[in-house]
Amino acid sequence: MRALTVKGVRIDDTFAEAFGMRATAVIITADSIRWARQAALTMTGFATSVIGCGCEAGIDGELTVTQTPDRRPGVRVLLFAVSTAELQKQLQTRVAQCVLTSPSSACYAGLKGEETLRLGNALRYFGDGWQISKRLGGTHYWRIPVMDGEFVCEATTGLTKQAVGGGNLLIMGRTAQATLAAAEAATAAIAKVPGAIMPFPGGIVRSGSKVGSKYKGVPASTNHAFCPTLRGAVETALDPDAACVLEIVIDGLTPEAVAAAMGAGVAAVVKLGPRRGAMRISAGNYGGKLGPHHYHLRDLVP
Amino acid sequence: MKPLVVTLRGRPDQRLDLAPLVPHRLAGMTAAEIERIALQTTRKRVLLADVFRLRMGDAAQIRIEASCDRLDRIGHEMTAGEIVVEGDVGARAGRLMTDGRLTIHGSAGPWAASGMNGGTIEIFGHAGERLGGPGPGEIAGMRGGVVLVHGEVGERAGDRMRRGTIVVEGDAGAYAGSRMIAGTLVVVGRSGPLPGYLMRRGTIVLGDKAVALSPTFIDCGVHDLIAARLMAGFIGGYSARAAKLFSRPLRRFAGDMATLGKGEIFLRA
Repeated sequence: MRALTVKGVRIDDTFAEAFGMRATAVIITADSIRWARQAALTMTGFATSVIGCGCEAGIDGELTVTQTPDRRPGVRVLLFAVSTAELQKQLQTRVAQCVLTSPSSACYAGLKGEETLRLGNALRYFGDGWQISKRLGGTHYWRIPVMDGEFVCEATTGLTKQAVGGGNLLIMGRTAQATLAAAEAATAAIAKVPGAIMPFPGGIVRSGSKVGSKYKGVPASTNHAFCPTLRGAVETALDPDAACVLEIVIDGLTPEAVAAAMGAGVAAVVKLGPRRGAMRISAGNYGGKLGPHHYHLRDLVP
Repeated sequence: MKPLVVTLRGRPDQRLDLAPLVPHRLAGMTAAEIERIALQTTRKRVLLADVFRLRMGDAAQIRIEASCDRLDRIGHEMTAGEIVVEGDVGARAGRLMTDGRLTIHGSAGPWAASGMNGGTIEIFGHAGERLGGPGPGEIAGMRGGVVLVHGEVGERAGDRMRRGTIVVEGDAGAYAGSRMIAGTLVVVGRSGPLPGYLMRRGTIVLGDKAVALSPTFIDCGVHDLIAARLMAGFIGGYSARAAKLFSRPLRRFAGDMATLGKGEIFLRA
């Protein structure tokens, strides 16, 4: 594999292989940004991977009072799943359990689309007959009486079938601390890209997986080629001096958003440099035959 | 494109039916064809050219100049485009309108916006009784769209309204929002007695604190609701004065308990 070196950081000549997904977005507002953030964090908890969580979700960004329907501070949340039915189920249960329950919250459509998912239309039954439908212009809201007043929720939100899941960067360093510093710099840069989220804890995965296992019935297992403690014992993908690998997984509403996010991540790692951060960037793929979206690292180099 | 302009030559000696003068019905017609449109409501035949001067233009924009209160059914079943009226209009202006914009620089008679489904009506003068109300035998009145009246409205504004928004900047007569099925009615000025009479669902917001409410409306206390912010945001696009009503917490009255009781009247606390 040929590699390119930019400012001392080696960038593999490889690509990230990503898949088409269904995605939706909601805007959560509250009396303060603290409570909007809290509702969004709760809603996007346990949403790291579609394999085990049903969906992948994260906070796209924060919205100021001029950007939300009710002129309160808010947060935009993105949700990704492999099917429309699963996305609907995840959206409904997560908003019901995590946003409806959160003090002072309200929930609105975060995406306009020809196809829609049920939001308030599904949650209104919590009102037990006292729910109030309110149409203002072209927008339909449900008002559900709750113990701190009313939970206002837009009837539907948009669905996109253009979304992409599984954009990724593999960041390798000589020490765990330096690698984490590089990954943190990358996540901070990617967080600013609109329309893309990083579903894993703080945006970073330390347990990258491969498909399959030696054990029957285990669909995914540790990516042994990237485990530094196994170097020498197995066929490794690591350099002799690599001590740590961290991965950033990116889901985006469009293929362009994923490319922009990966580009921002690469730029941030390169900017930090090999002394304080990572010495090498790679990306994960399955040989290019499974996913329709290929993001070549050499196209993303700053 | 220049608008199509019709100018009334003088007060007609019978009520005229202007229902044919809507953009979708005039589209593709020649001046001669338009001038031959019959407008009479009695046995005495009246063609458009008999009472109006016509200046041809784009039929998507119609101007009716020197109008008077004998011109009924202006904007009837209008589906798109714009009608601007200089002067008063008669009964049922904008009835069954589904889209487009009707602007009246004068006052409207009874049943303006009756059964309206969509679009926008703005009346700079007053509006008569049963603004947005149902026609005889109809179950629901207004079903969508926005009506803004800068002046006063007569009795039973929003009668049997089902959906949509009515904003009255002036005063309203008795029984505003009577028998409302749903929808939103805002009256900035004073209100006559018994607003929301037999309303089932829907929202009425009144600027008049001293209004005579029916005892079948129950005080639910003072609340600062998110829904009020959303209504203020939407209504503010039409009337800053009406939006200002929502700037402080409002007292909510639930009713009319003489019927379903899922409606609400908001008063300034």
